[in-house]
Amino acid sequence: MEIDPLIFRLSIFILSIFVGYYVVWSVTPSLHTPLMSVTNAISSVIIVGAIIAGLSGSSDSVFNTSSIFGFLAIALAAINIFGGFLVTQRMLAMYKKKKKDK
Amino acid sequence: MISANLSAIFYLVSGVLFILALRGLSSPETSRQGNLFGILGMIIAITATFLSTDNFSTGFLFVLIFILLGGSVGAFIAYKIPMTAMPELVAGFHSLVGLAAVFVAISAFLNPEAFNLGMPGNIKLGSLIEMSIGAAVGAITFSGSVIAFLKLQGLMSGSPITFKGQHPLNAIILISIIIIIYLLCSTQSSNLFWILLLVSFLIGFLLIIPIGGADMPVVISMLNSYSGWAAAGIGFTLENTALIITGALVGSSGAILSYIMCKGMNRSFFNVILGGFGATEGSGNKSNKEQKPVKSGNADDAAFLMKNASSVIIVPGYGMAVAQAQHALREMVDTLKKNDIKVSYAIHPVAGRMPGHMNVLLAEANVPYDEVFELEEINNDFANADVAFVIGANDVTNPVAKTDPQSPIYGMPVLDVEKCKSVLFVKRSLSPGYAGIDNDLFYKENTLMLFADAKKMTEDITKNL
Repeated sequence: MEIDPLIFRLSIFILSIFVGYYVVWSVTPSLHTPLMSVTNAISSVIIVGAIIAGLSGSSDSVFNTSSIFGFLAIALAAINIFGGFLVTQRMLAMYKKKKKDK
Repeated sequence: MISANLSAIFYLVSGVLFILALRGLSSPETSRQGNLFGILGMIIAITATFLSTDNFSTGFLFVLIFILLGGSVGAFIAYKIPMTAMPELVAGFHSLVGLAAVFVAISAFLNPEAFNLGMPGNIKLGSLIEMSIGAAVGAITFSGSVIAFLKLQGLMSGSPITFKGQHPLNAIILISIIIIIYLLCSTQSSNLFWILLLVSFLIGFLLIIPIGGADMPVVISMLNSYSGWAAAGIGFTLENTALIITGALVGSSGAILSYIMCKGMNRSFFNVILGGFGATEGSGNKSNKEQKPVKSGNADDAAFLMKNASSVIIVPGYGMAVAQAQHALREMVDTLKKNDIKVSYAIHPVAGRMPGHMNVLLAEANVPYDEVFELEEINNDFANADVAFVIGANDVTNPVAKTDPQSPIYGMPVLDVEKCKSVLFVKRSLSPGYAGIDNDLFYKENTLMLFADAKKMTEDITKNL
């Protein structure tokens, strides 16, 4: 009997939770705010679903109810991707070490 | 068009890059590189999606237009937003992830063929379950984050909104969501799908309104976690590894942060979520408050105390963020350092409105991160320090958490500020903090209260040094 592909996805999911658990515990508390903004940015990888949805229309009618929701989701996810990564970059650039001569 | 196997490998690679992005945050030196890994992972995921579609028609053009549209809005916000508004920004971003998940689920429900999930009215059972969970969690994330955003932004009162029968009502709604999902899966009725979304929006709203302002660190972390689970639900529907990995990472990240925040307040997760904290307590304490003597001073006294100190510990809190006093504070510290006074910063885990809030503000004001310490690292140093400078913090310094088992904050880890030789407390008035209780520290022999706006007082002290 073949194994349902769902089981494989479930395995990836469960193992990723464990990876996430150990990786996040090692994040230094002073970087918890950048952690939130970067997790925000990466969870917007949901844009891949939105792109599929947006392209679901036919070539003569790009817009149907389904693809319109897709396009809206693309815009929302894109705000998060650009906003999330850039604001994280901006924050991380501020974390500096002590200068010796002070 | 590339094969499904190849695109699956691309998604796996981008999932791994996302793990590395979080891994980078273990220290500020590696964090910037980590962020680049994250960006690279995102580019790979989007490119793989483009390559695996054979539909390069006008629709594709619109995809690019919407990415650019959203991207420019996002970039604009990212550059314009002041660092003090970071909690609102993060809450706002969470709501967008939630809404995007809802929209993708709607799209997949209306047009399942595009996702290989079956036909409308006959969607594969597994996919339908995953889709409805993703949509419900996404909707809860959306409306919950909107309320959190409004509370943080001050557009809505930060005090808890409670009413009779609140918890039973929420319980009924949560149970009904499960029933609706069950019925939806057995009937495939689109009406039930819309009802599910409506009810989920409603419960997200109801769950967050009873939670007060200072519990927002828990709420934001929790919504962070939800947005991850919503993404994972959609990832299962779309059979997309990158989404599943990311969803799991974000979900566990948010859960850990909520745990750390709850521990920082010595309260259980459910205690925070059920809300209403600080709404009723405190009325009994108000009566005896006026009778106790308080020593208050001015900038001159404070400057005198600090000039004669050899080590100073700064305890920032939410009040510093409100007064935007971080730059003035750093200038004061620079002057202290010129006089060979050792200065360090002590950060309580729940100081501010989101995890790490104070650290970002201090970093913005050019405070080197190796002068900033967490509670456990610095708490023993208070006994040897000459002056503790408390700016905008309150409950996190209250010694009553160690002494009075009756107190609502009993058992909460607090900064041992009272062990310092003298304590300077910048505050606008003697009003109690979020927990609604009086702070014994105000009335201690060695405490000098500085009643003023945090920023103005700090500037005045610098002038007097």
